[in-house]
Amino acid sequence: MSKKTYVAVAMGLGLVTLSACGSSNDSGSGGDSKTVTLVSHDSWAVSKNVLADFEKKSGYQVKVLKDGDAGEAVNKAILSKGNPQGDVFFGVDNTLLSRALDNGIFASYKAEGLADVKSEYQLDSGKNRVTPVDTGDICVNYDKAYFEQHKLTPPASFADLAKPAYKDLLVTENAATSSPGLGFLLGSAASQGDDGWQGYWKKLKANGVKVVDGWDQAYNEEFSGSAGGKKAKGDRPLVVSYASSPPAEAIYSDPQPKTSPVGVATGTCFRQIEFAGLLDGAKNEKGGQALIDFLVSKEFQEDMPLNMFVDPVTKSATPPAEYTKYAVPVDDAETMSPRKIADNRDDWVKSWTSLVLK
Amino acid sequence: MALLELDDATVRFGGRAVLDDVDLAVAEHEIVCVLGPSGSGKSTLLRAVAGLQPLDGGRVSLDGRDQTGVPAHKRGVGLMFQDHQLFPQRDVGGNVAFGLRMHGASRDEQASRVRELLALVGLPGAEHRAVAALSGGEQQRVALARALAPRPRLLMLDEPLGQLDRSLRERLVVELRELFGDLGTTVLAVTHDQGEAFALADRVVVMRDGRIAQSGTPLEVWQDPADEFVARFLGFDNVVPASVTGESADTPWGKVPVPAGAPQGPGTILVRPAGVRLVPAADAQLTCTVAARTFRGTHVALHLQPADAPRLEAACALREAPEPGAEVGVAFDAAEIVVLEAGPAS
Amino acid sequence: MDLARTEVADKAVDKAVDKAVDKAVDKAVGRAVDQARTTRAGSAARLGLMAVPVAFFGVFFAYPVAAIVERGLHVDGAWRFGRILDVLGQSDIRHVLWFTVWQALASTALTLLIALPGAYVFARFDFPGKQVLRAVVTVPFVLPTVVVGTAFLALLGQGGLLDELWGVRLDTTVWAILLAHVFFNYAVVVRTVGGLWAQLDPRQEEAARMLGASRLAAWRKVTLPALVPAVAAAALMVFLFTFTSFGVVQILGGPGFSTLEVEIYRQTAQILDLSTAAVLTVVQFAAVGLILGVHAWTVRRRESTLRLVDAAQTARRPRGAGQWALLGGVLATVVVLVLLPLGVLVQRSLDTPDGYGFAYFRALGDADGGTFLVPPIDAIWNSLEYALAATGIAVVIGGLAAAALTRRAGRLVRGFDALLMLPLGVSAVTVGFGFLITLDEPPLDLRATWILVPLAQALVGVPFVVRTMLPVLRAVDGRLREAAAVLGASPLRAWREVDLPMVRRALLIAAGFAFAVSLGEFGATVFIARPDNPTLPVAVARLLGRAGDLNYGQAMALSTVLMVVCAAALLLLERMRPARASTGEF
Repeated sequence: MSKKTYVAVAMGLGLVTLSACGSSNDSGSGGDSKTVTLVSHDSWAVSKNVLADFEKKSGYQVKVLKDGDAGEAVNKAILSKGNPQGDVFFGVDNTLLSRALDNGIFASYKAEGLADVKSEYQLDSGKNRVTPVDTGDICVNYDKAYFEQHKLTPPASFADLAKPAYKDLLVTENAATSSPGLGFLLGSAASQGDDGWQGYWKKLKANGVKVVDGWDQAYNEEFSGSAGGKKAKGDRPLVVSYASSPPAEAIYSDPQPKTSPVGVATGTCFRQIEFAGLLDGAKNEKGGQALIDFLVSKEFQEDMPLNMFVDPVTKSATPPAEYTKYAVPVDDAETMSPRKIADNRDDWVKSWTSLVLK
Repeated sequence: MALLELDDATVRFGGRAVLDDVDLAVAEHEIVCVLGPSGSGKSTLLRAVAGLQPLDGGRVSLDGRDQTGVPAHKRGVGLMFQDHQLFPQRDVGGNVAFGLRMHGASRDEQASRVRELLALVGLPGAEHRAVAALSGGEQQRVALARALAPRPRLLMLDEPLGQLDRSLRERLVVELRELFGDLGTTVLAVTHDQGEAFALADRVVVMRDGRIAQSGTPLEVWQDPADEFVARFLGFDNVVPASVTGESADTPWGKVPVPAGAPQGPGTILVRPAGVRLVPAADAQLTCTVAARTFRGTHVALHLQPADAPRLEAACALREAPEPGAEVGVAFDAAEIVVLEAGPAS
Repeated sequence: MDLARTEVADKAVDKAVDKAVDKAVDKAVGRAVDQARTTRAGSAARLGLMAVPVAFFGVFFAYPVAAIVERGLHVDGAWRFGRILDVLGQSDIRHVLWFTVWQALASTALTLLIALPGAYVFARFDFPGKQVLRAVVTVPFVLPTVVVGTAFLALLGQGGLLDELWGVRLDTTVWAILLAHVFFNYAVVVRTVGGLWAQLDPRQEEAARMLGASRLAAWRKVTLPALVPAVAAAALMVFLFTFTSFGVVQILGGPGFSTLEVEIYRQTAQILDLSTAAVLTVVQFAAVGLILGVHAWTVRRRESTLRLVDAAQTARRPRGAGQWALLGGVLATVVVLVLLPLGVLVQRSLDTPDGYGFAYFRALGDADGGTFLVPPIDAIWNSLEYALAATGIAVVIGGLAAAALTRRAGRLVRGFDALLMLPLGVSAVTVGFGFLITLDEPPLDLRATWILVPLAQALVGVPFVVRTMLPVLRAVDGRLREAAAVLGASPLRAWREVDLPMVRRALLIAAGFAFAVSLGEFGATVFIARPDNPTLPVAVARLLGRAGDLNYGQAMALSTVLMVVCAAALLLLERMRPARASTGEF
């Protein structure tokens, strides 16, 4: 049966169903030129007044469509290629960038404020299919109290983690299912080399690394330094998390402590860069372009840290004091080109799985 | 013109004709009882008239109008189901008022009609009783009131008294007949109980295998069963093959007298129990042993066993009944003997 | 799910009807009448009734699932069925298949072992608080897996109760998975088997004992054979649910364990290897179809003549030390298995840094601007709205399907009956991604609309509605409708006047169950829900995914709210259930 026939059948039924339930929302990505639709992952967040300001200045209504975690959202954007659910996609990071670009879901657009974006983040500078928006670092976090109590120096590098002093202290996430897990694997590969990372992980395993499925479980159950982990009597003082976890942990405590109870091992970081792009087939191209301009604007860049716990990519932006008060600057995070990630990810994850999990 | 007319009405279930070319007419104010064993198609007949069962052939007319394609709720006939089918979630009043409500009667109209009907069926003031709390007889009356309430042009009753005990049944049947007479209701009832049919009906229609075997007044049918099937269905067991010559017939019981003018030649005869008289041995046409006797209230039924012939049922007065095992002489009374038409063998 | 009751109620109704019909009526004619009624008068109407549910399942289930499978197996204009063998040949996939099967078998066996004594106690003993307890053991069935997973981690995991008391940790072991499966499915066995057990006439066993059988022999010869089909049906249901387990395995199993469902999710949502996902979907679909087929077969076999009595008459106070010990044992099991995990949730929701208090509950009302655009408390309203819409859809679709299925006629209808259960066996991510690539053209561009969530939830709710309504609808004597018709009621009016009042209560119960299931539904919702309008379970998952004491505490508080709402809904249903078990299966 042709798609048309399905749609015709569905039409009648859909109308019945919709009218039965009383449709109250305007549906989907309407061609309304006054509305611009942003498709993103679940972590998207922005201050109300900042968004309202953009809407007032540009004259566009912004509709946000959060579409699952980062991987899911990208995959959904790929599946709906050519007939996208919105105009702009935000949230494809360097580990997924090649998959998105190879599938051709983005149209080129050179953002207005691109010159202000640090050049090291402009990974698609030739074609400008995507625009960098934020960065963040996946790092090993440590429980400050534990290391003080045990008079132990926290680890500083990937190599440190394999040392006997840190035996049975680290918990990380499944690289196959969790993006910090994958980031940490890629970071180890970047630091230990294509041939060295497997040996490194053998050592980690021998040193008692624990692997759980997701960040939530690692951070909130196993890690002894977080509020959740304390309650769950987590006994791992080292966890693979984000460089921004210390500010988050502190800001979401009541009352807020002077310093965060969580520290960052700055030599164990892998840099994530998140991009936004104009979706190919966008119904409101003009609005989409304006929205991308907004994402690299000073106002939005400075709003991000406290909303999404990520760092700005523009030179002019200064993160808010509340954030910098607890934040740990990471200067020399590991990086890897999206192409290399795309070429190796599946193989590496497979080898990692049989090496570490089996 | 008849109120209800069936012409060649036929209903088949999987190739088997449950109603087979049935022709039947019911005149206005007439009470017709369809009598037949289970499976004879009598319930199907009612359902066909009510519009609950589509016909495979022929037609049903009401007031001369063909009812083909008219759905049940537009036929304006009443049907009282054999197990009443009262609506369990409604009280007595709600059940009786149902048809009135469907016909758009006003509240006041409903209330007064319900009151009137409940009084009529002998349940005055029962409006608010729950149907589950009613006895079988009371349910029966409510079902009747419900069926009568919308003043159907034809009232149909399916085994109307089937589930009631004997004394209640006998009383109700009289009440019903009087009631229908007073109201001038046209009634088509079906039953498998001949007593009920004879007591209720102006006319009895005996059905067999989807066909009408005999139709006539209760007296006609009783006195002159059309064939062996009807005779046996009416409860007569003294039915044997016979060869009629003049005013006597050859039977397994020997020579038996038959009324004048009986059809000649081989056939079947019925000897009513009253036609089997116990006589002194000298006058006997047949000698039998008393095999059993059954007390029947007004008389005693004797089961007599002749030497080389089928058993014979006789009726005799209480005082005269011989003991089982006794030898008795039997004579036949031509007035109680019927030569049956050759119907299909049973 | 109390499938046993469906058939049991059917049977009882059939018998009553049979009795009512004049005993002398030729049975063949009766059957023929039925058949004629089915094939002619009502067939057009039934076809019409069936059209809506068929179209619903076609558009919102079959088409999306078929499309996503096609996307995986139909590459460059040709079907790649070779992929099936490729994929099944991979050792890690075979490992997944093997684990899926054996953990489902083990879970089923363990659930039966633990729940059968419970079924007996609920069926035969009368004790105070029984009604409440029956509702309580059903709560897990509708709880979202993320909440259960968290509760079990708090119990069995790092620093959990077992860890504290004896230093035992069961998380990331298969035991955690098995125990959580027992927790979820305890009620399935208790209600399916117990429901029938309560209606078995104890006098049959007494009769056997009068004939010289020992107590055990009497039980073995009389009660056991009567129970076997119900046990088989319950076992198959538990097997089905555990075979397709997702959240529990994800959260409790750790990275080492993966079921088919988890693997499908991984391959689809994370790796975007659609061809592997398609193969696995087909495999799972076939397996679920097989399970449902066997289930239908056992149900049909169960239609043997059982002497059933009013359940209220068979239960009595326990007597003697043995029976009290049994009751005590079952109560202890319920406390440890069901109440303890739920209790840990409540405890953690109250355990604030300043001691026990309601701070986390109060915090649910604040918008923190980070995790949500709205205060978490709004998730409750979202959930209620979605669940109401889903319930509406499920009741309409399920009600129509049940109405169409009321007259049993042939294999086709039976097939449709089973078809309704299939969504329970298809991965939510498959359906969700299927929606994405199929419902993408106006006027059915529903990808971004809120209605997708209730639609997906309704897919899960419909089987519950049908299975609750069907026995009741079947119990309505068709001749009552005829009685209404000859009194002048049109078919629609007759349905409204006769059927509706009789099924109203069942309809309420069905709606209540659909509501509870929609409320707790997590799998489909988490893929489809618009995160700016999170439902309770999604909000819980999201709060858990954030660092900080407050988020964790709020997650526990929201879980507690969800649990209380579910328990309240179930308790209400329990009260609505009439003494006689005539209202379907739950």
